[in-house]
Amino acid sequence: MENSNYLKLICSLHEDMMAKKFTLVYDGEITHQITKAFTSLAENKMNSYSENTSIKRKVFHVMVECLQNLSKHAEEYEYKGNKGQYGNGIFIVGKIGKEENEYQVITGNAVDKNRVPELKALLEKINQLDKEGLKELFKKQMREGSVSDKGGAGLGLIDIARKTGEKLEYHFAEMDENNRFFILRTKISRSID
Amino acid sequence: MDVIKIKGTDDTPNVILDAENNIIEFSGRSLPEDVVTFYTPAIQWIEEYGKNPNPKTNVIFRLEYFNTASSKALLDILLKFEDILNEGNDVVVQWYYQEDDEDMLEAGEEYSEIVDIPFEMHSY
Repeated sequence: MENSNYLKLICSLHEDMMAKKFTLVYDGEITHQITKAFTSLAENKMNSYSENTSIKRKVFHVMVECLQNLSKHAEEYEYKGNKGQYGNGIFIVGKIGKEENEYQVITGNAVDKNRVPELKALLEKINQLDKEGLKELFKKQMREGSVSDKGGAGLGLIDIARKTGEKLEYHFAEMDENNRFFILRTKISRSID
Repeated sequence: MDVIKIKGTDDTPNVILDAENNIIEFSGRSLPEDVVTFYTPAIQWIEEYGKNPNPKTNVIFRLEYFNTASSKALLDILLKFEDILNEGNDVVVQWYYQEDDEDMLEAGEEYSEIVDIPFEMHSY
Protein backbone atom coordinates (compact mmCIF):
# COMPACT_ATOMS: atom_id res chain seq x y z
CA MET A 1 0.00 0.00 0.00
CA GLU A 2 1.25 3.45 -0.86
CA ASN A 3 2.33 5.45 2.15
CA SER A 4 -0.22 8.24 1.76
CA ASN A 5 -3.08 5.75 1.30
CA TYR A 6 -1.97 3.97 4.41
CA LEU A 7 -1.98 7.17 6.45
CA LYS A 8 -5.37 8.12 5.06
CA LEU A 9 -6.78 4.75 5.99
CA ILE A 10 -5.55 5.03 9.58
CA CYS A 11 -6.94 8.53 9.92
CA SER A 12 -10.31 7.57 8.45
CA LEU A 13 -10.54 4.44 10.60
CA HIS A 14 -9.89 6.60 13.62
CA GLU A 15 -12.42 9.22 12.53
CA ASP A 16 -15.06 6.58 11.80
CA MET A 17 -14.60 4.99 15.19
CA MET A 18 -14.93 8.35 16.90
CA ALA A 19 -17.97 9.35 14.84
CA LYS A 20 -19.73 6.03 15.40
CA LYS A 21 -18.70 6.03 19.06
CA PHE A 22 -16.98 2.66 18.82
CA THR A 23 -14.68 1.86 21.69
CA LEU A 24 -13.50 -1.47 20.38
CA VAL A 25 -13.47 -2.97 16.93
CA TYR A 26 -11.95 -6.38 16.50
CA ASP A 27 -11.95 -8.44 13.34
CA GLY A 28 -10.49 -11.91 13.52
CA GLU A 29 -10.57 -15.17 15.35
CA ILE A 30 -12.63 -15.22 18.52
CA THR A 31 -10.93 -17.36 21.13
CA HIS A 32 -11.59 -17.92 24.79
CA GLN A 33 -8.63 -15.65 25.63
CA ILE A 34 -10.08 -12.89 23.46
CA THR A 35 -13.43 -13.27 25.21
CA LYS A 36 -11.79 -12.95 28.60
CA ALA A 37 -9.70 -9.97 27.54
CA PHE A 38 -12.60 -8.02 26.05
CA THR A 39 -15.02 -8.69 28.88
CA SER A 40 -12.51 -7.70 31.54
CA LEU A 41 -11.67 -4.57 29.59
CA ALA A 42 -15.34 -3.58 29.60
CA GLU A 43 -15.72 -4.52 33.26
CA ASN A 44 -12.72 -2.42 34.30
CA LYS A 45 -13.95 0.52 32.32
CA MET A 46 -17.43 0.29 33.87
CA ASN A 47 -15.91 -0.10 37.33
CA SER A 48 -13.96 3.12 36.80
CA TYR A 49 -17.21 5.11 37.06
CA SER A 50 -19.00 2.69 39.39
CA GLU A 51 -21.62 1.52 36.93
CA ASN A 52 -24.70 -0.08 38.46
CA THR A 53 -24.04 -3.76 39.21
CA SER A 54 -27.09 -5.01 37.39
CA ILE A 55 -26.14 -3.14 34.21
CA LYS A 56 -22.56 -4.35 34.45
CA ARG A 57 -23.85 -7.90 34.66
CA LYS A 58 -26.03 -7.40 31.60
CA VAL A 59 -23.18 -5.99 29.53
CA PHE A 60 -20.89 -8.82 30.58
CA HIS A 61 -23.57 -11.38 29.79
CA VAL A 62 -24.33 -9.98 26.36
CA MET A 63 -20.65 -9.72 25.44
CA VAL A 64 -19.99 -13.33 26.44
CA GLU A 65 -22.96 -14.69 24.51
CA CYS A 66 -22.18 -12.60 21.42
CA LEU A 67 -18.56 -13.70 21.39
CA GLN A 68 -19.58 -17.29 21.93
CA ASN A 69 -21.95 -17.10 18.98
CA LEU A 70 -19.11 -15.89 16.81
CA SER A 71 -16.63 -18.49 17.95
CA LYS A 72 -19.13 -21.31 17.46
CA HIS A 73 -21.05 -20.31 14.38
CA ALA A 74 -18.98 -18.14 12.08
CA GLU A 75 -18.25 -20.17 8.96
CA GLU A 76 -15.23 -20.51 6.76
CA TYR A 77 -15.66 -18.60 3.57
CA GLU A 78 -13.83 -17.03 0.73
CA TYR A 79 -14.62 -13.47 -0.09
CA LYS A 80 -12.98 -11.30 -2.70
CA GLY A 81 -9.98 -13.59 -2.77
CA ASN A 82 -9.49 -13.53 1.01
CA LYS A 83 -10.11 -16.60 3.03
CA GLY A 84 -12.11 -16.11 6.18
CA GLN A 85 -11.55 -18.65 8.90
CA TYR A 86 -14.07 -20.62 10.83
CA GLY A 87 -14.77 -18.81 14.08
CA ASN A 88 -13.82 -15.43 12.68
CA GLY A 89 -15.99 -12.39 12.86
CA ILE A 90 -16.15 -8.73 13.64
CA PHE A 91 -16.92 -7.68 17.18
CA ILE A 92 -17.70 -4.10 18.08
CA VAL A 93 -18.37 -2.51 21.43
CA GLY A 94 -19.88 0.95 21.47
CA LYS A 95 -18.68 3.75 23.64
CA ILE A 96 -18.48 2.85 27.29
CA GLY A 97 -18.92 5.88 29.46
CA LYS A 98 -21.17 7.42 32.06
CA GLU A 99 -22.29 10.10 29.62
CA GLU A 100 -23.83 7.53 27.26
CA ASN A 101 -27.46 6.42 27.46
CA GLU A 102 -26.85 2.87 26.38
CA TYR A 103 -24.21 0.30 25.59
CA GLN A 104 -24.08 -1.45 22.29
CA VAL A 105 -22.49 -4.66 21.13
CA ILE A 106 -22.40 -5.48 17.44
CA THR A 107 -21.25 -8.71 15.83
CA GLY A 108 -20.87 -9.69 12.21
CA ASN A 109 -20.02 -13.05 10.76
CA ALA A 110 -20.38 -15.07 7.59
CA VAL A 111 -23.12 -17.68 7.54
CA ASP A 112 -23.91 -20.22 4.89
CA LYS A 113 -26.89 -18.93 2.96
CA ASN A 114 -28.72 -22.22 3.55
CA ARG A 115 -28.67 -21.57 7.28
CA VAL A 116 -30.25 -18.14 6.93
CA PRO A 117 -33.94 -19.19 6.89
CA GLU A 118 -33.56 -21.19 10.10
CA LEU A 119 -31.65 -18.42 11.84
CA LYS A 120 -34.13 -15.81 10.65
CA ALA A 121 -37.05 -17.89 11.89
CA LEU A 122 -35.45 -18.14 15.33
CA LEU A 123 -34.70 -14.39 15.47
CA GLU A 124 -38.25 -13.54 14.44
CA LYS A 125 -39.70 -15.96 16.94
CA ILE A 126 -37.61 -14.42 19.72
CA ASN A 127 -38.68 -10.91 18.71
CA GLN A 128 -42.36 -11.84 18.85
CA LEU A 129 -42.23 -13.26 22.35
CA ASP A 130 -42.78 -11.34 25.55
CA LYS A 131 -40.86 -11.87 28.79
CA GLU A 132 -42.85 -14.94 29.82
CA GLY A 133 -42.70 -16.43 26.31
CA LEU A 134 -38.92 -16.02 26.19
CA LYS A 135 -38.59 -17.73 29.54
CA GLU A 136 -40.64 -20.70 28.35
CA LEU A 137 -38.66 -20.93 25.10
CA PHE A 138 -35.39 -20.82 27.03
CA LYS A 139 -36.53 -23.63 29.32
CA LYS A 140 -37.74 -25.70 26.39
CA GLN A 141 -34.48 -25.30 24.43
CA MET A 142 -32.43 -26.06 27.49
CA ARG A 143 -34.32 -29.31 28.07
CA GLU A 144 -34.23 -30.37 24.46
CA GLY A 145 -30.79 -29.22 23.30
CA SER A 146 -27.71 -31.27 23.89
CA VAL A 147 -24.76 -29.64 25.60
CA SER A 148 -22.40 -30.54 22.77
CA ASP A 149 -24.86 -29.33 20.18
CA LYS A 150 -23.01 -26.74 18.15
CA GLY A 151 -26.17 -24.77 17.62
CA GLY A 152 -26.57 -24.36 21.34
CA ALA A 153 -30.27 -24.46 20.47
CA GLY A 154 -30.25 -20.67 20.20
CA LEU A 155 -29.91 -20.29 23.96
CA GLY A 156 -27.46 -17.42 23.51
CA LEU A 157 -29.82 -15.38 21.36
CA ILE A 158 -32.81 -16.01 23.63
CA ASP A 159 -30.71 -15.05 26.61
CA ILE A 160 -29.57 -11.80 24.99
CA ALA A 161 -33.20 -10.84 24.34
CA ARG A 162 -34.15 -11.70 27.91
CA LYS A 163 -31.29 -9.87 29.57
CA THR A 164 -31.65 -6.68 27.54
CA GLY A 165 -35.43 -6.62 27.30
CA GLU A 166 -34.97 -5.33 23.73
CA LYS A 167 -35.77 -6.75 20.33
CA LEU A 168 -32.83 -8.27 18.47
CA GLU A 169 -31.74 -6.00 15.65
CA TYR A 170 -30.33 -8.03 12.80
CA HIS A 171 -29.49 -7.89 9.15
CA PHE A 172 -28.29 -10.36 6.54
CA ALA A 173 -26.06 -8.62 4.01
CA GLU A 174 -25.26 -10.18 0.66
CA MET A 175 -21.65 -11.39 0.44
CA ASP A 176 -21.53 -13.77 -2.48
CA GLU A 177 -23.60 -16.59 -3.88
CA ASN A 178 -22.96 -18.91 -0.92
CA ASN A 179 -22.65 -16.64 2.07
CA ARG A 180 -24.48 -13.92 3.88
CA PHE A 181 -23.03 -11.57 6.46
CA PHE A 182 -25.08 -11.78 9.63
CA ILE A 183 -25.04 -8.57 11.64
CA LEU A 184 -26.53 -8.48 15.10
CA ARG A 185 -26.84 -5.31 17.14
CA THR A 186 -27.65 -5.44 20.83
CA LYS A 187 -28.35 -2.46 23.00
CA ILE A 188 -28.29 -2.38 26.76
CA SER A 189 -30.05 0.58 28.24
CA ARG A 190 -28.36 2.39 31.11
CA SER A 191 -31.63 3.42 32.68
CA ILE A 192 -32.63 1.18 35.54
CA ASP A 193 -36.13 -0.19 35.42
CA MET B 1 -15.50 -42.62 47.00
CA ASP B 2 -13.05 -40.21 45.43
CA VAL B 3 -13.29 -36.58 46.41
CA ILE B 4 -13.33 -34.01 43.64
CA LYS B 5 -12.05 -30.59 44.60
CA ILE B 6 -11.53 -28.10 41.82
CA LYS B 7 -10.40 -24.63 42.69
CA GLY B 8 -12.31 -21.95 40.83
CA THR B 9 -10.78 -19.52 38.38
CA ASP B 10 -12.18 -16.42 36.73
CA ASP B 11 -13.96 -18.63 34.21
CA THR B 12 -14.51 -21.95 35.96
CA PRO B 13 -16.36 -22.60 39.21
CA ASN B 14 -15.18 -24.05 42.50
CA VAL B 15 -16.37 -27.61 42.65
CA ILE B 16 -16.47 -29.76 45.77
CA LEU B 17 -17.83 -33.30 45.53
CA ASP B 18 -17.19 -35.04 48.81
CA ALA B 19 -19.53 -37.89 49.73
CA GLU B 20 -17.89 -38.70 53.07
CA ASN B 21 -18.30 -35.16 54.43
CA ASN B 22 -21.58 -34.78 52.55
CA ILE B 23 -20.54 -31.63 50.67
CA ILE B 24 -21.65 -31.06 47.11
CA GLU B 25 -21.05 -27.53 45.98
CA PHE B 26 -20.63 -25.44 42.84
CA SER B 27 -19.68 -21.81 43.33
CA GLY B 28 -18.18 -18.89 41.47
CA ARG B 29 -18.19 -18.17 37.78
CA SER B 30 -18.85 -20.62 34.99
CA LEU B 31 -17.89 -19.88 31.42
CA PRO B 32 -15.38 -22.62 30.70
CA GLU B 33 -13.74 -22.82 27.32
CA ASP B 34 -15.09 -26.33 26.91
CA VAL B 35 -18.19 -26.98 28.98
CA VAL B 36 -18.37 -30.70 28.22
CA THR B 37 -14.78 -31.38 29.26
CA PHE B 38 -15.15 -29.32 32.41
CA TYR B 39 -18.42 -30.84 33.67
CA THR B 40 -18.06 -34.47 32.58
CA PRO B 41 -16.03 -35.58 35.64
CA ALA B 42 -18.64 -34.01 37.95
CA ILE B 43 -21.50 -35.73 36.13
CA GLN B 44 -19.69 -39.08 36.29
CA TRP B 45 -19.04 -38.56 39.98
CA ILE B 46 -22.75 -37.93 40.63
CA GLU B 47 -23.68 -41.09 38.73
CA GLU B 48 -21.30 -43.04 40.94
CA TYR B 49 -22.57 -41.28 44.07
CA GLY B 50 -26.12 -42.21 43.11
CA LYS B 51 -25.31 -45.89 43.61
CA ASN B 52 -24.83 -45.33 47.31
CA PRO B 53 -25.98 -41.81 48.26
CA ASN B 54 -26.10 -40.24 51.71
CA PRO B 55 -29.54 -40.33 53.38
CA LYS B 56 -29.86 -36.62 52.75
CA THR B 57 -28.07 -34.78 49.96
CA ASN B 58 -27.79 -31.00 49.88
CA VAL B 59 -26.68 -29.72 46.51
CA ILE B 60 -25.29 -26.23 46.91
CA PHE B 61 -25.14 -23.75 44.05
CA ARG B 62 -23.58 -20.42 44.87
CA LEU B 63 -22.85 -19.08 41.43
CA GLU B 64 -22.10 -15.49 40.58
CA TYR B 65 -22.37 -15.97 36.88
CA PHE B 66 -22.84 -18.70 34.29
CA ASN B 67 -23.14 -18.50 30.54
CA THR B 68 -25.83 -20.23 28.48
CA ALA B 69 -23.42 -23.00 27.49
CA SER B 70 -23.01 -23.81 31.19
CA SER B 71 -26.74 -23.60 31.86
CA LYS B 72 -27.32 -26.84 29.96
CA ALA B 73 -24.55 -28.59 31.91
CA LEU B 74 -26.07 -27.41 35.19
CA LEU B 75 -29.40 -28.86 34.10
CA ASP B 76 -27.69 -32.18 33.35
CA ILE B 77 -26.26 -32.15 36.87
CA LEU B 78 -29.68 -31.43 38.36
CA LEU B 79 -31.25 -34.22 36.32
CA LYS B 80 -28.71 -36.67 37.78
CA PHE B 81 -29.77 -35.60 41.27
CA GLU B 82 -33.39 -35.95 40.25
CA ASP B 83 -32.65 -39.60 39.42
CA ILE B 84 -31.22 -40.03 42.90
CA LEU B 85 -34.34 -38.43 44.40
CA ASN B 86 -36.60 -40.62 42.31
CA GLU B 87 -34.96 -43.69 43.77
CA GLY B 88 -36.34 -42.69 47.14
CA ASN B 89 -33.53 -40.56 48.51
CA ASP B 90 -33.76 -37.14 50.09
CA VAL B 91 -32.29 -34.42 47.86
CA VAL B 92 -32.57 -30.66 48.30
CA VAL B 93 -30.97 -27.93 46.19
CA GLN B 94 -29.67 -24.93 48.11
CA TRP B 95 -29.63 -22.10 45.60
CA TYR B 96 -27.71 -18.97 46.62
CA TYR B 97 -27.92 -15.66 44.78
CA GLN B 98 -26.53 -12.22 45.47
CA GLU B 99 -29.20 -10.07 47.02
CA ASP B 100 -29.51 -7.72 44.04
CA ASP B 101 -29.11 -10.41 41.40
CA GLU B 102 -32.63 -11.05 40.20
CA ASP B 103 -31.45 -12.95 37.14
CA MET B 104 -29.68 -15.50 39.32
CA LEU B 105 -32.76 -15.91 41.50
CA GLU B 106 -34.87 -16.34 38.39
CA ALA B 107 -32.43 -18.91 36.99
CA GLY B 108 -32.84 -20.93 40.18
CA GLU B 109 -36.61 -20.68 39.98
CA GLU B 110 -36.53 -21.87 36.38
CA TYR B 111 -34.47 -24.91 37.25
CA SER B 112 -36.86 -25.69 40.08
CA GLU B 113 -39.70 -25.66 37.56
CA ILE B 114 -37.87 -28.07 35.26
CA VAL B 115 -36.66 -30.65 37.78
CA ASP B 116 -38.64 -32.30 40.55
CA ILE B 117 -36.16 -31.50 43.31
CA PRO B 118 -37.15 -29.09 46.09
CA PHE B 119 -35.19 -25.84 45.99
CA GLU B 120 -34.39 -23.59 48.91
CA MET B 121 -33.49 -20.06 47.84
CA HIS B 122 -31.02 -18.01 49.85
CA SER B 123 -29.88 -14.48 49.21
CA TYR B 124 -26.49 -13.35 50.47
